[in-house]
Amino acid sequence: MAQAKNNNSCTRKNIMASSQSNSSTNSTPPCAACKLLRRKCIPGCIFAPYFPPDDPQKFANVHKIFGASNITKLLNDLLPYQREDAVNSLAYEAEARMKDPVYGCVGAISVLQKQVQRLQNELDAANTNLLRYACNIVDIPSSMDRLPLMGSTSSTGLGEGSVGGGDLYHHHHASGLPIPYTQAWGNNNRSNYHPPGDMDEMDGGERSM
Amino acid sequence: MSNKSTRCSACKYLRRKCSEDCILAPHFPATDPERFVHVHKIFGAGNVSRMLQKLPYNEREVAANSISYEAYLRVQDPVYGIAGTITNLQEEIHRKQQELVRIKAEIAIYTAGNL
Repeated sequence: MAQAKNNNSCTRKNIMASSQSNSSTNSTPPCAACKLLRRKCIPGCIFAPYFPPDDPQKFANVHKIFGASNITKLLNDLLPYQREDAVNSLAYEAEARMKDPVYGCVGAISVLQKQVQRLQNELDAANTNLLRYACNIVDIPSSMDRLPLMGSTSSTGLGEGSVGGGDLYHHHHASGLPIPYTQAWGNNNRSNYHPPGDMDEMDGGERSM
Repeated sequence: MSNKSTRCSACKYLRRKCSEDCILAPHFPATDPERFVHVHKIFGAGNVSRMLQKLPYNEREVAANSISYEAYLRVQDPVYGIAGTITNLQEEIHRKQQELVRIKAEIAIYTAGNL
């Protein structure tokens, strides 16, 4: 009887050793999400395609801000081809929020909106000048450059005074979305978060003109 | 007053008692229930409470507003959220810069012609 028990014990050990060796040779490492959540990364894990194990910080940020269960719900509501973009934008938002817990991404919006308005003002002035030249108005004294701007040619539909003016709502035409947000924070200098992309190039390009 | 007669929209949604020191109450009034619905859907009440708790009092309102705004945009655009708005703004900036270069080039032609 004792020998039978020993045999069973050895058999169990052999099975476990065998499965461990199989798992070490055949199994893929868990995705960053499952690793952080300390759970088994099953085939078909919804996080696995988007949170590879070599970038643990990406999921750590997203989990801290949104929570894994909310991310799961969000991804489940999307079609598979949309999920990668969604995850990347969520990771972007989460990172921005980690860097700036008060303003997050919204700080970048404020900076960009001001830039848009500044450019629109420049465009209006340039168009006015061009019109003068086109109509053969020569020898324009410099004081005339301070004529009031033409009517709004802004594609943003922002209009005068709608940025930083405390308007509760304004429309951003390019995005097509109303922006229900008070501008009380709009004049902040706190946000030093630069969104990915070529903001620096844009600033440089603008200065070069 | 020990008992709040009106629950904030957060506590109302979560079906819990709204305490005097409810951290969400100042930022999610009962008059705007949709605001909390969006925030809870995207961030979760617990996460928002935790985020606000880490901030000094004078920064919580601004943080709650920015969180609400992000949640609103994410509900509107579940794929890109606020990142889509940022991309659109960047593209608009690029377009306007290009247009400005073009107009200034035209002005330069006129200016050269007048010399």
